[in-house]
Amino acid sequence: MQLNTLVAHEIIDLLKAGKTSAKDVYDSVIDQIKNNEKQIHAYASIFNNTEIEADASTPIPIAIKDNICITDKETTCSSKILEGFKPPYDATVIKKLRDSGSIFVGHANMDEFAFGSSTETSHYGPTRNPWNTDCVVGGSSGGSTAAVAADEAIWALGSDTGGSIRQPASFCGVVGLKPTYGRVSRYGLIAFASSLDQIGPITKNVTDSAMLLNIIAGHDENDSTSTKLPVPDYTKSLTGDVKGLKIGIPKEYFIEGLDDEVKAAVLESIEILKKRGAIFKEISLPHTEYAVATYYIVATAEASSNLARFDGVQYGLRCIPTKKRKTSIIDLYEETRNVGFGKEAKRRIMLGTYSLSSGYYDDYYLRGLKVRTLIKNDFDRAFKEFDAIITPTSPTTAFKIGERLENPISMYLSDVFTISANLSGIPAISVPCGFSKNNLPIGLQVMAKPFDEEMLFRISHTFEQNTDWHKRRAIK
Amino acid sequence: MKEFETVIGLEVHLQLSTKTKIFCGCKNDFGYDPNTLTCPVCLGLPGSLPVFNKKVLTYGIKAGLALNCTISSTIKFDRKNYYYPDLPKAYQISQFDMPIAKDGYIMITKEDGNDKKIRIHRAHLEEDAGKLTHDTESSSSLVDYNRTGTPLLEIVTEPDMSSPQEAYDYLQALKLNLQYLDVSDCDMEKGSLRCDANISIREKGETKLGTKAELKNMNSFKAIKTALEYEVKRQQEVVESGSAVIQETRLWDENKNVTISMRSKEEAHDYRYFPEPDLVPFTVSKDTIDDIKKTLPELPAQKLERLSKEYDLSDYNAKIIVSDKSLALFFEECAKLYKDTKKICNWINGSILSELNNRKETISNLNLSSKNLVDLIKKVDGGILSNLIAKDVLGIMLDTGKNATSVVEEKGLAQVSDDSELEKIVDELIKENENVANQIKEGKESAIGFLVGQAMKKTKGKANPKKIGEIIKRTLS
Repeated sequence: MQLNTLVAHEIIDLLKAGKTSAKDVYDSVIDQIKNNEKQIHAYASIFNNTEIEADASTPIPIAIKDNICITDKETTCSSKILEGFKPPYDATVIKKLRDSGSIFVGHANMDEFAFGSSTETSHYGPTRNPWNTDCVVGGSSGGSTAAVAADEAIWALGSDTGGSIRQPASFCGVVGLKPTYGRVSRYGLIAFASSLDQIGPITKNVTDSAMLLNIIAGHDENDSTSTKLPVPDYTKSLTGDVKGLKIGIPKEYFIEGLDDEVKAAVLESIEILKKRGAIFKEISLPHTEYAVATYYIVATAEASSNLARFDGVQYGLRCIPTKKRKTSIIDLYEETRNVGFGKEAKRRIMLGTYSLSSGYYDDYYLRGLKVRTLIKNDFDRAFKEFDAIITPTSPTTAFKIGERLENPISMYLSDVFTISANLSGIPAISVPCGFSKNNLPIGLQVMAKPFDEEMLFRISHTFEQNTDWHKRRAIK
Repeated sequence: MKEFETVIGLEVHLQLSTKTKIFCGCKNDFGYDPNTLTCPVCLGLPGSLPVFNKKVLTYGIKAGLALNCTISSTIKFDRKNYYYPDLPKAYQISQFDMPIAKDGYIMITKEDGNDKKIRIHRAHLEEDAGKLTHDTESSSSLVDYNRTGTPLLEIVTEPDMSSPQEAYDYLQALKLNLQYLDVSDCDMEKGSLRCDANISIREKGETKLGTKAELKNMNSFKAIKTALEYEVKRQQEVVESGSAVIQETRLWDENKNVTISMRSKEEAHDYRYFPEPDLVPFTVSKDTIDDIKKTLPELPAQKLERLSKEYDLSDYNAKIIVSDKSLALFFEECAKLYKDTKKICNWINGSILSELNNRKETISNLNLSSKNLVDLIKKVDGGILSNLIAKDVLGIMLDTGKNATSVVEEKGLAQVSDDSELEKIVDELIKENENVANQIKEGKESAIGFLVGQAMKKTKGKANPKKIGEIIKRTLS
């Protein structure tokens, strides 16, 4: 039995029964990393854990996305500009994980500042898909999903701004949850787009997802956008019962560009849930077509402001131009940011700066906010009648490395089905629902109304109970 | 020659004296070692998030109410984006389109004694930046982030002031009101009150505003007045020479007493304001505002009215007392202890104020309790001390912290009122000044004063002048 291929709740059962130790579990993960990390490159940095606490409640080895601050551990958002930045504090989710006895394996690779859908824009180089190393893992939490898919971690944390947990989960054949905006504290998550970012669990199955959300969810007085609503025990919603639930299928998600194999797998999934008693009906979310455009205005505007602090003054990279004899502070800013940021980061900073500029604000940013409200209204309306909405997670399976890097629009479109959940703040989960002929995973997305993660778990767990997709391992 | 009029509007940045900073739990204080009052939030470290300090809300509403403003029912923050090394996030959390307070006013008294209303356009909350120190020797700059995150209230007037003096008067009135509220110590030297001025001129009778210059870098109320006076002259000269004033920011150079162009309008920042996504807008109920209203202390205008009535003070005297909150407090403490409030007022506005000036002290730091001052005044009224000696006694009291009784005893300063002792002195004086004595005998009453003066001299002021006068009269009649 390879311990690292187990899911967390199985490991906890073994630990409780005295059949294994936290150290053995950790060692099995480290062994897997030794054997596979060269090909996969899931991690931006791997930590040295010498002392493994024997009697912690959840001593599970976890991969943490490289944009979540851990005290004294280099946290770089996989960007050159944060080279050497070791936060003096823990993110709130890290504190909670520490309290549960978690073992932090390392910081998982990601698209630079979470700008991307393939983990190719990382300063450390791309992560490769464990199912096919010629393919991308998706992004931006691609390091986290790859680590879980390759059994280089038992579970992981990612962050999702427009699909950054769900899309790579779909590409890697793992379970990825974006909680409701405000469900999990963002304190210590290096911001991309503050009104959209949310930290969430990446796991091998739905039970683990519920368990990990139990640990990280809840109000945080350090994050004013976190909700005071009580956190239920999410494992209680794993009932296996979907009888009578009303689920909408938005017609706008079954469009040209949707891969035939993906479409077939999703429709088959719907049949499985129908058999368990769920009631399906086609619905319309009429503003769906504006989601990508709206997202790239709102998200880049916030990002342009959030990333302004990386100026070489306090921490991270500092570059002083060598050619000039006398350098001003402006030269320092310019050189640091020019050298420190990658191409996609620069592109988004410029986009965002433009849409916030005087004279353009009303036409871009303000209009973006208005359309965002329309998109949210679509969902509010739908959830008055339906318990959940089911869609494909991404229009395609994992594409080839390099294939979309030079064409940002095609890259942006791989998030076309995930973005709306961020714009409306609702929770959404991606679960494995099939494989393509090329043996690449396909993901099914379930969305529910705000703070109804229980509904997501209930439906996706029932689905999982009646399928075997989640049990396949990428690395034998 | 054309006749011009001046139009001035002021922007005041006021540091609110809450215990902690506006968006984190760090101490909000002055005078600590650099970068010791900081945390990930006020340092703007990646991943940190602001949390609004509700005490700042109370202070802001208080100030807004005292400035007769309408308080916004929604509190919303925005980001103001710009680069500067003292701004660790490269944006300042501020309020753009929904200031906490707007449409208020404050009354000033003009030189001619008439009151004038200066309208407040808006007042908004924001965070202060850090402090840069430029080290010319190593040609490097140092940043102290202790000040970062200090709560600020920016108070913007309408262009209602028509002379540098009015601007000065507005600042005095504003400062006084804010000090009464106890929301800021309003100390320009510490930077807890900073002021920029917008100034333009126009031909008399013209209704359109002229092109304005924004003046910065004034470090005292006096500097603001002087800078404005300079700028009035400069702009007049520009116009009279046939040129036009250009819109620009100008820095006041205190050494050279001139304003210098810093940047023109074309170089002005585009701050790219947008709603701060890390802080959720929230509503303030009318009840909350009303509750805060109830906690407002008596403000200078109300105090002036009450003191004048209650203690029968002249307008002039009452204004002096009210112009300093602690002085007014001290006066009222004294007034509780002694009924002759006019006398107390005269003492405070006279001897006490001049001691304060000489010692460069404030009444709260002065070595004087209300009881000790009242005791001193009682000694004068009881004939134990002359006015003159009492002033010396006050000086010793302030030096030593002792009360009047012990000072008088220790130094033997009590007034001599004993008849036999005084008669002896008068006898001596008559012998020494036979001519004067004869004049008095002949009925020249005015000469009595001379002998009284001599008696005071002889006794080093201790003789009771009233009694001396009586004895002289009695002896020589």
